[in-house]
Amino acid sequence: MPASQNSIRVFMTIPQRREWELHGRQSVRKILRQLDLNPEGVIVIHHDTLLTPDEMVENGMEIEVRSAISGGLP
Amino acid sequence: MKCTKCGGRAVIDLKRHNSGFCKEHFFEYFENQVRKAIDEFSMFGLRDRILVAVSGGKDSLVLWDVLMRFGYQADGLYIDLGIGEYSSASSQKVRDFVLARQANLRHVSLEQDYGYGVPEAARRLRRAACSPCGLSKRYIFNREALEGSYDVLATGHNLDDEAAVLFGNVLRWNTGYLGRQYPVLEEDPGGLVRKVKPLIRLTERETAAYAVLQGVDYIVEECPKAIGARTTLYKQLLNDLEIQSPGSKQQFLYGFYERGHDSFEASRDVALTPCTECGQPTTREGLCAFCQVRSRLLTVRA
Repeated sequence: MPASQNSIRVFMTIPQRREWELHGRQSVRKILRQLDLNPEGVIVIHHDTLLTPDEMVENGMEIEVRSAISGGLP
Repeated sequence: MKCTKCGGRAVIDLKRHNSGFCKEHFFEYFENQVRKAIDEFSMFGLRDRILVAVSGGKDSLVLWDVLMRFGYQADGLYIDLGIGEYSSASSQKVRDFVLARQANLRHVSLEQDYGYGVPEAARRLRRAACSPCGLSKRYIFNREALEGSYDVLATGHNLDDEAAVLFGNVLRWNTGYLGRQYPVLEEDPGGLVRKVKPLIRLTERETAAYAVLQGVDYIVEECPKAIGARTTLYKQLLNDLEIQSPGSKQQFLYGFYERGHDSFEASRDVALTPCTECGQPTTREGLCAFCQVRSRLLTVRA
């Protein structure tokens, strides 16, 4: 589902697939706080780069919040 | 946020170093940390043949990628554990990596080469899957490294993995395990290959970031058998602490290496003898733990 011009689409694939639609310009830090995610355990991907917590996200953008914590050891 | 080194746009913030880096300087930082771990613990040299245990996950593929970038003779070892879709997908990630980099891979199938898969073993033994999985991997890592005449086996354990394991070992005061927890485990003339962990100076978030930015395509999905594992809980607890007090994880782990580990090292002194079935080293009389479990699995089935 592509991001609408009126909202920010946020998705995660692990531990299970989840999607959120948020509205209005806001920081990555604020988004993670709303989703109750610890910034230390995730990376935030937009296109082929990463966003730091202070980065602002606008309506029309799509971001992936990817857990960096793996359970099984290699 | 600006890059601490060049003032360009940062792609990652590292609170424990009070820094942020752009892509180029993050790569420089990351690779310097790997070099520092290799040098600090004298892990291996350019003449050594390294076998990298790869799972298809971010840490092991990033480790293999970085070692090849540095010019080391690094081959991969992948074990198909027989965990359905997860094993198929992780195997494909490893094959794609090998093809793209013209790397050398040793491939072992637990089902085809040893007669059982992890889910079946867990069911028949009535144990959590991580128990037969860990036992099988440790056995095959050592056996493949010896058979391939490798000087060292490298795994992708990172700072979070090691801090979580240390936390668990301290909670239970597992002194034997504490004596064995170190970035280098020296070879044993009784038949144990040297083992090293070059990513111990980097967090999971940093290896995930490096993988994404460097284009290392890894399996993002979690092993279905590892969901709910205790180490994951410890990692979350340590990350909660880290966010309040940046640098806590590395202080906990490095402090143990520098000031705690030696106190427990005597606990690991054990004599090894060859397994009567496979010849691999064991601390037991007769069959090694792996052959004992495998024999039980194959007998139950027959």
